[in-house]
Amino acid sequence: MSTTDKTDEKELGAAGAQLSTAPEEEEAGIIVPGSFGGLRKPGFAGGAAWTVREVWGWLRWMWRQLTSMRVALILLFLVSLAAIPGSLVPQTSVNAVKAQDFIDAHPTVAPVYEKLGLFHVYSSVWFSAIYILLFVSLAGCIVPRSWQFVGQLRAKPPAAPRNLTRLPAYATWRTAAEPDEVLDGAQSALRRRRFRTARASTAVASEKGFLREAGNLLFHIALFGLLISFAVGQLWKGDGSKLIVEGDGFANTITAYDDFTPGSFYGADDLNAFGFDLDSFNATYATSGPDKGSARTFRANVHYWTGADGKKHKGAIEVNKPLEIAGSKVYLNGHGYAPVVTVKDGSGTVVYSGAVAFLPTDANLTSTGVIKVPDAVDKNGKADQLGFSGLFTPSFKLDSTLGPISVFPALANPALILTAYHGDLGVDSGLPQNVYQLDTKNMKQFKDSKGNIVSKAMQVGDSMTLPNGAGSITFDGIKTFAQFQVTHQPATGWALTSAFSAIIGLAGSLFIQRRRVWVRAVRGDDGVTVVELAGLGRSESAKIADELGTFVDILLVTAPVQAEPPPEEASEASEASAETQPEDEGARA
Amino acid sequence: MNLAAAAVNENVAHISNYLIYSAMAVYTLAFLAHVTEWTFGSRSKVAVQSAALVTAAAAKPAVTVKSAGGTTVLERPQVVTRATASDRGIPDGPGAAGEDEQGDMYGRIAISLTVLGWALHVGGVVARAISVERAPWGNMYEFSTTFGATAVTAYLVLLALGKNVRWIGLFITTAVLLDLGMAVSVLYTASDQLVPALHSYWLWIHVSCAIISGALFFLGATATFLFLFRDSYETGLLGGKPNKGRWANAMSRLPAAATLDKFAYRVNAAVFPLWTFTIVAGAIWAEAAWGRYWGWDPKETWSFITFVLYACYLHARATAGWKGRKAAYLALLAFACFLFNYYGVNIFITGKHSYAGV
Repeated sequence: MSTTDKTDEKELGAAGAQLSTAPEEEEAGIIVPGSFGGLRKPGFAGGAAWTVREVWGWLRWMWRQLTSMRVALILLFLVSLAAIPGSLVPQTSVNAVKAQDFIDAHPTVAPVYEKLGLFHVYSSVWFSAIYILLFVSLAGCIVPRSWQFVGQLRAKPPAAPRNLTRLPAYATWRTAAEPDEVLDGAQSALRRRRFRTARASTAVASEKGFLREAGNLLFHIALFGLLISFAVGQLWKGDGSKLIVEGDGFANTITAYDDFTPGSFYGADDLNAFGFDLDSFNATYATSGPDKGSARTFRANVHYWTGADGKKHKGAIEVNKPLEIAGSKVYLNGHGYAPVVTVKDGSGTVVYSGAVAFLPTDANLTSTGVIKVPDAVDKNGKADQLGFSGLFTPSFKLDSTLGPISVFPALANPALILTAYHGDLGVDSGLPQNVYQLDTKNMKQFKDSKGNIVSKAMQVGDSMTLPNGAGSITFDGIKTFAQFQVTHQPATGWALTSAFSAIIGLAGSLFIQRRRVWVRAVRGDDGVTVVELAGLGRSESAKIADELGTFVDILLVTAPVQAEPPPEEASEASEASAETQPEDEGARA
Repeated sequence: MNLAAAAVNENVAHISNYLIYSAMAVYTLAFLAHVTEWTFGSRSKVAVQSAALVTAAAAKPAVTVKSAGGTTVLERPQVVTRATASDRGIPDGPGAAGEDEQGDMYGRIAISLTVLGWALHVGGVVARAISVERAPWGNMYEFSTTFGATAVTAYLVLLALGKNVRWIGLFITTAVLLDLGMAVSVLYTASDQLVPALHSYWLWIHVSCAIISGALFFLGATATFLFLFRDSYETGLLGGKPNKGRWANAMSRLPAAATLDKFAYRVNAAVFPLWTFTIVAGAIWAEAAWGRYWGWDPKETWSFITFVLYACYLHARATAGWKGRKAAYLALLAFACFLFNYYGVNIFITGKHSYAGV
């Protein structure tokens, strides 16, 4: 098949050459790996020269292999294959909790997976190796092609081949018009249609569709742009989360975050100075229908400022609508409730008062949380720390099997169900503690005189009195909290620009045809001018014939057909009629 | 955007369901008519084509004369085209009905029924959109119904443009029936509003592009699939295998392998930039919704895999030693990944696209 193309190209000579900068494909089996050094002369110098030649030869051979289409195809295929495990095994970078759960649940395979890098596939050695090789291969192909393309842009369209009838699309007629007249008309018609033209004495050569190659190169160069932007974005990225209760605020410093994961080159000094206050949080839910209880809108109303203490601006953050402040973006990630409580200790003093965030555990916002009161004393005035743990349900229901749960995410029937502990919270040990968990190792649960655990489902305004005069807790009200993610990611604009360049380049390289048209006008011996038109495209399609047809029509105006001499063998050609549409060729870099 | 207040119009939702069921009934009739078309087509003589094959294959490179409609040579010179492509010189088959007139009639009935089914189907999708007052692409049921409607639309548009695509008829009615059957039985989700994560105009852009890409990739994959069979049939013929039996009979009525391959390539190449845009649009949306434009979420990963495999196919098809069957296998693999990204990732893998609802 390709041999036919090759012979055709030979027959067409320079006219058919370099219609694309795509690399020539060597036929399989021609490459014979072997010694590059030739004769090895005696002596050290000879040996050294031989070794250099040999090494250089092998390097050249490897480079040519790497930049060949066959290897590029294999690497492309490997990239897609290597991406698969990352979608099946939980990734630490995507969801660290899920990855840890997997590790805990599969103690036998987890260490093997860990060794293979299956929990961080996209930063693993083998995945990186494949895509780096692919990009090296791509560079090895794109760079020479770009130079070649620049050369082609500066060159004239190749001269008309001697025998135009051999070309895929051809037309001819005889006319009384002067050859120069015909050629002038042809050249201006071709120019009007944005062909690059070159005039010779008896023919006009023209070429169009350089944007195909330009698009192809743009697409592949844009891939490098994407890769670099992505790398920069990962390395200089800062990403943290913060839970804020209504009325509270946040200032962008590392210590203010609940957790913070910076990129390799991003540190505490790089954080932009800004902050914001959460004024209120609105959520609405479907109150009927099959999706009853699913969220309909979330909106956090904030006031934000930039600089150390700049002017405050009003703003809103919604899902899908992050707020951009000073180069960072603030996303709304979640929300929940923070019951407001007042705790009195054994001496009757208020030892804690405020809102405590309870973390949602289900779609109806059944939430769990703890309250730690380190500064409490018992009725004798002896230090005795208090701790509470329990549930908050915005719409309370006592389920016969599940116990207390929430049946709707909005505050229809809020209840706070707590049980109390006293003893040592463990907060004084200096070790960091999870604020959402109570370490009950050194604590005792309060029990009433009958030995039952003290616990109470409180409505707003209710109190729970602890036994033995140890104090009380009052459920004063409810605030809402919102969970925010603050992200600083550079080079996003570059990534977007690269992505769109890639799409434009793709469209150019797949939809534009590169083709050449020649017009020849020669005065014959009988004094009549013979006009010949021919078209050739690398990506041949029926359109080339159509386009040639339009040129025929245009030229006929200045060079009308003159009566033919007695017909030759034209009828033979018109008999064979199996229509074959030449095919398109794909893009290649 | 007061979506919470926008009550779901249950009547329209019911109408939508009835329309989808009616469309399925009509598609079933169209499917049966196509089967009848193929059956009657087997009565026509294969021998005729067989003879044609031999002479065509023996002939010189084909030469075509394109006449601009004029009868006199004097008025307008003709553009002569000369094939240089890798044709085997085997002409396209006559189509499912062969030369059988009754078969052809059933084929025409099938197409008419397909048009009717399509009208009901599109009506069902539109009614669903009206009932939920948003783009009807919020869950897998809605996505599947729209996907089927788009595939049939693409087929009918190509047919209306006079392209040689009638051979797809049987396959597209089969596929759309399977697609709708899955949608109404397994994937059905009652009409309702969207979760906040989906409240974005990117839903219109990203999901519609995904649907159009998928529908056209499906047409490409069908052609590639048939190419593989027709190709081995033609190889057999050229190798001197007798053109006999039911299988050969059916194969002989398909378009030539070269035609199928070309059709598949054109469709896939045309959709590839759109699929790229789908991924980019998804990344832009992800940046707004999740705080990063690319995070190797399973859906993102599989879109990437699909993209790379189609890129492989496009490269392979232009490479000596890879064009033909090898490239075709790559194209089928790429489409399989597209399907897995839709069904597999939504159903079996939890990721950030899981709100799609099953």
